[in-house]
Amino acid sequence: MQSLTNRSKVVVKKEMTFTEKMYLPAILNGMRITFSHMFKKSATIKYPEHVRPRSSVYRGQHVLKRDEAGAERCTACGLCAVACPAEAITMVAAERKKGEENLYREEKYAAVYEINMLRCIFCGLCEEACPKEAIFLTDRIVDTEYERNDFVYGKDKLVEPVEKDKRIDVSVRQNEKTLEFKTHSEYGHNQVWDPNKSLKKKSGH
Amino acid sequence: MLLAVLIPMLAYKGILVVIVFAISLGVAAYSTYAERKVSALMQDRVGPDRAGPFGLLQPLADGVKMFMKEEIIPNVSNKFLFILGPAISMMTALLTGAVIPWGPDITIGGNVYPLQVTDVNIGVLYLLGVVSIGVYGVMIGGWASNNKFALLGALRASSQMISYEVAMGISVITLILLTGTMSTAEIAEQQQGFVQDSWLGWNFFKNPVTFLIFFICALAETNRTPFDLPECETELVGGYHTEYSSMKLGLFLFAEYINMFISSAVMVTFFFGGYSAPFLNRFVTDPFWFPMLSTLVFLGKTIFFIFVFMWIRWTVPRFRYDQLMNLGWKILIPLSIINLVATAVGMWLTGKI
Repeated sequence: MQSLTNRSKVVVKKEMTFTEKMYLPAILNGMRITFSHMFKKSATIKYPEHVRPRSSVYRGQHVLKRDEAGAERCTACGLCAVACPAEAITMVAAERKKGEENLYREEKYAAVYEINMLRCIFCGLCEEACPKEAIFLTDRIVDTEYERNDFVYGKDKLVEPVEKDKRIDVSVRQNEKTLEFKTHSEYGHNQVWDPNKSLKKKSGH
Repeated sequence: MLLAVLIPMLAYKGILVVIVFAISLGVAAYSTYAERKVSALMQDRVGPDRAGPFGLLQPLADGVKMFMKEEIIPNVSNKFLFILGPAISMMTALLTGAVIPWGPDITIGGNVYPLQVTDVNIGVLYLLGVVSIGVYGVMIGGWASNNKFALLGALRASSQMISYEVAMGISVITLILLTGTMSTAEIAEQQQGFVQDSWLGWNFFKNPVTFLIFFICALAETNRTPFDLPECETELVGGYHTEYSSMKLGLFLFAEYINMFISSAVMVTFFFGGYSAPFLNRFVTDPFWFPMLSTLVFLGKTIFFIFVFMWIRWTVPRFRYDQLMNLGWKILIPLSIINLVATAVGMWLTGKI
């Protein structure tokens, strides 16, 4: 067979020469190599202080988005749970009451929404499945916990804060096509929602 | 009248013993830190850096961990011997510091004190004797564990240490032939002054082969790589300390580092001029500061040898057992005998004996 790299060597089992039997030249050569390594830069990144740069589309801990007015986008349709290959997502749907319009964007919302972070494989299929742009994966890393139960994240950990400045920016995850699509206000879930007006009934996508 | 002389002398000896203990333990504790730091540097890593600045409190944290851990004595073990093993290891490791000359005589308040706990006239023999007893700690510990791996490790340790003690003994005989004395203080004293008789005065320059044999045997005696077969994790779980936990394990591991410190100190005393610092006496002549600086030089040389021990450990892989025995019996012992005879003939020809 033709050699590709010319680096392969034929193994020969031969008697060691006298210098080889003395070990010392080889040991000294090895010690020279290890000593030279003492002055090389270490490859370590000291993690909590320095974070290795992650891709902007890194798939880490999930976030449940709110819309511009601060209402939860999730409508508890369950598509994410169906899409999830690890069956990590569960939810309980509830009907929106009168006076809760500023809390929930749609008539139906998720009263309970839980993701088991130990089951989750961070594939991002929930994000793809969501028709309401409610769930996104972010570049945050899931914290360590002492108890297994603490890894079941409820809405308290998943929903982003209401305050504008504490919102979690996911725009980096959306490519140009998606951003262009979001400008089409004829699609229901792209409209800026006004609690005083009911949503225009137009055909969705 | 006698008491007036005796009591300050005894008090001084007591203080010196405590200082030697503290230095041995301190250097050994920081050797564990240095070992991890040196290995990290040689492998392009960072090493311990979380406990205190640059991880300097790491030995303290390790010590606390060792003390706090649960202490397990196996049901089937011989309890007395099980406890005796690490005790002997630690005791013999600390005993050897007594005959090492840490520096020239020091003058404090008009009185002259030696910087050596005791100058036995057979100091070299004392060292060999105490080091040999160290084997018992490992053997007793390994046997009392009632564990196959521990027993195998202990057997390896004892056969290895006994094998290499022969070559070490013969190389020490060469040294005694060269210096004509068995007192460690005198050996160090003879090497004072860097240049003697138009030749470098340290025993290493007079007979490097003896040093080489002694150094290899010292590696084997302290169970350091490439001779760390008694505790090779890959084959014997943990070797002789498989069953040990908590501070008893700590004592075994700690004794190894003290042994390393002491054998480095012995090598410096025997071959590298002891506390002699070239040309130091031209700058400092004060009877207090000269011995102090000399002691620092001695410790510096010792620490360099500890570094060499670590350097070798993180370079060389472990010998196979037959290679170890071949090296000990077929190479080192003949070599040391040839070296002994050659030294004797050489000294006879030059009229030194």
